[in-house]
Amino acid sequence: MTLTADDLRERTRKLLDEHDTADRSAFLQARFDAGLAWVHFPEGLGGLDAPRALQSVVDAELAAAGAPDNDPRRIGIGLGMAAPTILKFGNDEQRKRYLRPLWIGEEVWCQLFSEPGAGSDLAALGTRAVREGEDWVVTGQKVWTSSAHTARFAILVTRTDPDVPKHQGMTYFICDMHAPGVEVRPLRQITGEAEFNEVFLTGVRIPDANRLGEVGEGWKVAQTTLMNERVAIGGHAIPREGGMIGIAAKLWRERPELRTPELHDRLLRLWVRSEGVRLAGTRLRQQLAAGSPGPEGSGMKLAFSTLNQEISGLELELLGEEGLRYDDWTMRRPDKVDFTGREAGYRYLRAKGNSIEGGTSEVLRNIISERVLGLPSEPRVDKDVAWKDLPR
Amino acid sequence: MTADLLYSDVEDDLRASVRALLADHCEPSALLKRAESGEPYDLKLWRALAGDLGAAGLQVPEDRGGHGASAREIALVLEELGRSVAPVPFLGSAVLATNALLATGTDHELLGKLAAGTTTAALAVPLSSTPDTFKSTVEVADGVLTGRVGTVADASVADVLVVPAGDGLYLVDSGFTVSELVSLDLTRRVADVTLSGAHGTLIASGAAATEALTAALTAGAALLASEQLGLADWCLEETVRYLKGRYQFGRPVGSFQALKHRLADLWLELVSARAAARYAADCLARQDPDLPVAAAVAQALCSDIAVHAAEECVQLHAGIGMTWEHPAHLYLKRAKANQIALGTAGRHRAALATLLDLPG
Ligand SMILES: Cc1cc2nc3c(=O)[nH]c(=O)nc-3n(C[C@H](O)[C@H](O)[C@H](O)COP(=O)(O)OP(=O)(O)OC[C@H]3O[C@@H](n4cnc5c(N)ncnc54)[C@H](O)[C@@H]3O)c2cc1C
Repeated sequence: MTLTADDLRERTRKLLDEHDTADRSAFLQARFDAGLAWVHFPEGLGGLDAPRALQSVVDAELAAAGAPDNDPRRIGIGLGMAAPTILKFGNDEQRKRYLRPLWIGEEVWCQLFSEPGAGSDLAALGTRAVREGEDWVVTGQKVWTSSAHTARFAILVTRTDPDVPKHQGMTYFICDMHAPGVEVRPLRQITGEAEFNEVFLTGVRIPDANRLGEVGEGWKVAQTTLMNERVAIGGHAIPREGGMIGIAAKLWRERPELRTPELHDRLLRLWVRSEGVRLAGTRLRQQLAAGSPGPEGSGMKLAFSTLNQEISGLELELLGEEGLRYDDWTMRRPDKVDFTGREAGYRYLRAKGNSIEGGTSEVLRNIISERVLGLPSEPRVDKDVAWKDLPR
Repeated sequence: MTADLLYSDVEDDLRASVRALLADHCEPSALLKRAESGEPYDLKLWRALAGDLGAAGLQVPEDRGGHGASAREIALVLEELGRSVAPVPFLGSAVLATNALLATGTDHELLGKLAAGTTTAALAVPLSSTPDTFKSTVEVADGVLTGRVGTVADASVADVLVVPAGDGLYLVDSGFTVSELVSLDLTRRVADVTLSGAHGTLIASGAAATEALTAALTAGAALLASEQLGLADWCLEETVRYLKGRYQFGRPVGSFQALKHRLADLWLELVSARAAARYAADCLARQDPDLPVAAAVAQALCSDIAVHAAEECVQLHAGIGMTWEHPAHLYLKRAKANQIALGTAGRHRAALATLLDLPG
């Protein structure tokens, strides 16, 4: 029997009746156990095997009741990337062990993918994992790892066979961030704070039971993570003026003395583009709900990052003299990613990361032009070459 | 607000029929030949579209001689007409004049004739008009109209004019002359209309007339976005197709990243344009109070995006794109004219400044 929107509404109301929304953690646990965390996940794993589109019904009911949510900005990597990957490639034991604490936010996750020599070309990575009995011994360096300082676990891609072409010799693991040999060093970024890190892995022992997918098939598993990353970044419903443009519009309304004709024109142009992208997001969700996912998903992140950068830049100019100040350069260790918080200068600088993290805008344009428009790929020089023989 | 931004199954079917009809009539070579002939409009196609397919009467209620569909379906027809730059008076008659009549609430028999395509009408205003900028140049005394209106869309094949004059809205079916202009847009002509003592039938006066005209121009802007979308879609599709097959430097030029990135950006613009055009059509269909914002957003986005798509189409087709024989120029001319039609993007942004309380 497939569940309907009414069934889910009823279940959500029952949850609200039976559990106190004031106790955040207890409520989130009850919600997970009721299968209302991510309704399209299997029963027993926070879901009800229901259609994905019905999640919005649950979310709307809970939001209306003022129930606590599991703040995706704090645990975004776990929710958006680790969870779908574990669901698809994990065994029963792994799914049972990791999904619940991840969803509740008890265990924060990070993503040990990028390396100093492998960013856009992730498949070039060189962190080695060598089998020793029931364990793998991992040595290498990861970089730009958001939240590594608060994370309990990481999704990790390693090289297990350097003698085959790069896409074939990788293996994917769940890494315990408290294991001996894991060292996290803050990496300060242009905003002054250290949201991301360098992570040094020196002889870290990872049990084979923590492997996701087959040995040598890490690229396939990583693909699932990356696909979900882009959907997670662009996929949220927002009201009109809900994002960065709302902040700029509010400033415009409240401070008539800052207005100039040139800024007016730019503000209106950005307002119109923001509204267009917002409607495109709405349309994308309607498509997903109707069961026909369109290729628009990969474009949303590209559109948002460009807009966020332009709007935050405009906001600083609008502030004029005040834009010359910055709120605080102190090196902090934030425990969540905050794109729109703090002040205009921070927003301007943080937005620069939007077009780099989760796939650069250039890489996303390649994806759109090849996979959506079907344009030919560029000639490849790394295809049939063993990883160890690639120039670097 | 529960706007539906997708295409329904019925709309998909309608698209298929309209496209099939247009495929038979709008071959680029035939379009070009017609553009320079004495008969720039394809009236046979117009009759088939309006009469056989019932496209002109989609927005007209059944009890007034139409098909009782909605503005969403009209928008869909416009997408296809934009994709083929079809030389038919659909915008002037089925969109502008029909919406003006619908807004007056009149059950004048003309509405049924327009829906059936047996009569063709035009709204006698300059095509660049917006509700904020329109000023009538026609005087009226005792129901007799005198004056000149420049650049009226589709007037050259109109049997009837809907004329804003004085503080009223009139129907005029004789006593006017139309002089063809040389139009920038070869597939939608504008003409000067002169009324010298024409007898008009009053269909709305005072505030009702102003409201009807505003409604027609707003509906026109909201719907023209779909034509712009269809036009841009053709330009992107055609350019992608060409660049896949065109070899230079030993590889398809479409494999060069400099071009791929431009096309990816254009595709992304189209994703927004489609959402905005659908939203405007849906708001019009539901008479949603957000319609003025939706129409202004759709025009501010789609008119510039269509021009960008047409310009990229010419540039990336390069030498062949610059020729008269390649249809790219027909699309560029339509796109550029459409950017001025019913208010430029800048005018619509200015309207938004007021609507959204973002004053200059
Ligand atoms: C704020 C932030 C948070 C991050 N968090 C994480 C994290 O938690 N975990 C993690 O693993 N990584 C993280 N990253 C890393 C991020 O994924 C990489 O920075 C990104 O993939 C780009 O890699 P790179 O920096 O090595 O740039 P490079 O790949 O060296 O790129 C350099 C330039 O070349 C361009 N380029 C590269 N390849 C191509 C191509 N084929 N075609 C055209 N242009 C190309 C790029 O777009 C870029 O402009 C984070 C990055 C940022 C900014």
